[in-house]
Amino acid sequence: MRHTISVVVENEFGVLARVAGLFSGRGFNIESLSVAPMFDPSMSRMTIVTTGDDRILEQITKQLNKLIDTIKVIDFTGSDYVERELALMKVNAEESSRAEVLRIVDIFRGKTVDVTPRSYTIEVTGAPAKINAIVELLRPIGIKELVRTGPVVIGRGSKGWRQD
Amino acid sequence: MKKTGSQILLECLKKEGVDTLFGYPGGAVINIYDDLVDYPEIKHILTRHEQAAVHAADGYSRATGQVGVALATSGPGATNTVTGIATAYMDSIPMVIITGQVPTPLIGNDAFQEADMVGITRPVTKHNYLVKDIKDLARIIKQAFYIARTGRPGPVLVDLPKDVQVATTKFEYPETVELRGYKPTISGNVRQIEKAAKMILAAKKPVIYVGGGAVLADCPAELLQLAELIQAPVTTTLMAMAAFPGEHPLSLGMLGMHGTYYANMAVTHADLLITVGARFDDRVTGKIDTFAPHAKIIHVDIDPTSIKKNVRVDLPVVGDLKDVISKTIVALGKHADEVKATVAASQPWRDEVASWKSAQPLTYQPSDTEIKPQFVIEQLRELAGEDAIVATEVGQHQMWAAQFFRFVQPRTFLTSGGLGTMGYGLPAALGAQAAFPERLVIDISGDGSFQMNSQEMATLVQYKLPVKIVILNNGYLGMVRQWQQLFFDRRYSQTPLELPIDFVKLAEAYGATGLRATSPSEVAATIKQGFETPGPVIMEFKVAREENVLPMVPAGRSIHEMVLAS
Repeated sequence: MRHTISVVVENEFGVLARVAGLFSGRGFNIESLSVAPMFDPSMSRMTIVTTGDDRILEQITKQLNKLIDTIKVIDFTGSDYVERELALMKVNAEESSRAEVLRIVDIFRGKTVDVTPRSYTIEVTGAPAKINAIVELLRPIGIKELVRTGPVVIGRGSKGWRQD
Repeated sequence: MKKTGSQILLECLKKEGVDTLFGYPGGAVINIYDDLVDYPEIKHILTRHEQAAVHAADGYSRATGQVGVALATSGPGATNTVTGIATAYMDSIPMVIITGQVPTPLIGNDAFQEADMVGITRPVTKHNYLVKDIKDLARIIKQAFYIARTGRPGPVLVDLPKDVQVATTKFEYPETVELRGYKPTISGNVRQIEKAAKMILAAKKPVIYVGGGAVLADCPAELLQLAELIQAPVTTTLMAMAAFPGEHPLSLGMLGMHGTYYANMAVTHADLLITVGARFDDRVTGKIDTFAPHAKIIHVDIDPTSIKKNVRVDLPVVGDLKDVISKTIVALGKHADEVKATVAASQPWRDEVASWKSAQPLTYQPSDTEIKPQFVIEQLRELAGEDAIVATEVGQHQMWAAQFFRFVQPRTFLTSGGLGTMGYGLPAALGAQAAFPERLVIDISGDGSFQMNSQEMATLVQYKLPVKIVILNNGYLGMVRQWQQLFFDRRYSQTPLELPIDFVKLAEAYGATGLRATSPSEVAATIKQGFETPGPVIMEFKVAREENVLPMVPAGRSIHEMVLAS
């Protein structure tokens, strides 16, 4: 099962390595990881997508909490949340396929951020499933390069992460 | 008034109540060592290897309950501490290890004697720090000690670059520690404890399973009180041998791979397993799906990650052991009549346990011609008394020490359980002796283990630490040889240690005393002489070569599927 966890950590040198080391040392899988400072820059927020059964998830959550640098672990599995990811992709766009590429980008409300006679570079944001979908549609036309950020997640409703 | 980084470090150690420091100098810590001369109230013991300095700080900590402190230089000095740190990490021992580091501008430059200690020790420390700014130093040291000794204790490494040691700033020792990411749960949840009390009152076949956490939490008194209140048999792991008196009628001895028959049988047939400060390690559980198959499990631990990691737990209670056990006794006290009824109802269980004890006691084949290692342990116990502090190395002798040396006083058994580090015993004994110069401190060792840190004989003699070293010499890497005998058709690959080393001469080369016994009739006299001779002594016993540690639960089997002695 796929789980998305947000971890609020001290914004100190080495913390990312500590979390990554925890996952690799205990054989937990990291499907994707994104991290950046928060509104309070003394803290960073990491979003990790991992796979495993409930027992593994419980261990991951407890082990993360055990780290001195971890301030809070938020497990979004089973709750209401908004999940978004950004992708940049360089797509083949020869004469015959140029219009089709633009049509697909339009359908997905993406943006064209670079143009050459032979390619378009597209920027798309959305839930991971939406990103997967546009990638699948553009694949037959030819994707030269694809860069994804991995998802970030925020809970629905009015409560901030501190109030639980 | 401004102080240098190295002065601040030493001031902080004083503020934390450190009176003994184990270490080895080098270029990256030469400033600290220079300032140390001005701090005679901190006793520094120079070991002969940095690994031994860490093991010594570890032994000091296990014997006293204080945070053990070790100091090493950068590069190879620091990397030499890693085995010692990992040993302490696996057994949750509170320690602070300070390593020198190259100056901050050189970090990451492959400088002379540079090693990324924060990176290297990340998986084997509770936490670690690189001090990049002298203004952070006092706060970091205070945090390091706080983290080391609270919650589930553990080693904390502080990497201190040379330029930070030499820089100056105003010294202010923080009053409090504020760590928003670290708030260990001390107080056990009262509702959970009420539930635990109810489960205890309903049980007819209870067993208390005690782990090293009970020693770390300093709660042998509360544990004894609980056991006697509900008259439940008590089994201890290797790490908890000195948490419950071995001679008590409720004591089952050790459980697990080399545990007693009756301990393993009791756990297998129990209907309630009260687990305190233990982590269901694989040496204890054997085949995990058949471990304690009929028991409901109450798991009390200060570290939530240990709970439900390996086995399903019916009632988890997170908190400090002393707190939780005391509250449980109070909760049971409110139901005094029911406690009486439960004790009466579990009498048949205690009778059954007693029958297992008499059917299969711990035993070995005695001999008039060969010295049996178990015999030496028994004689040691008789002549040493219950106040002696016993450190062990790792291997067969370690198991025999756990089986045959019945511990009574807490904090008298120092052994590397989690990591199983050969070379631990001698320096750990050294550390314990430094803490208790007047007590009898014994190191039980094999001929293999002794050679891993034998250079520490020099430290013992230099500081007049009268550790009594017992070498059970069977000319083999015994435990591995046993496995090769049982599972690899007796192919003793690289396990014979047949080079005859004259351990008596070795002792004398360092200025210590060496004694040797080659027949059973000499054993008691040799031990007596060793104990009565002042200063460090090596007592070598040439023991039976192919003796096996039994009972034994073969790997992958359930703990009731023991290979027995008879």
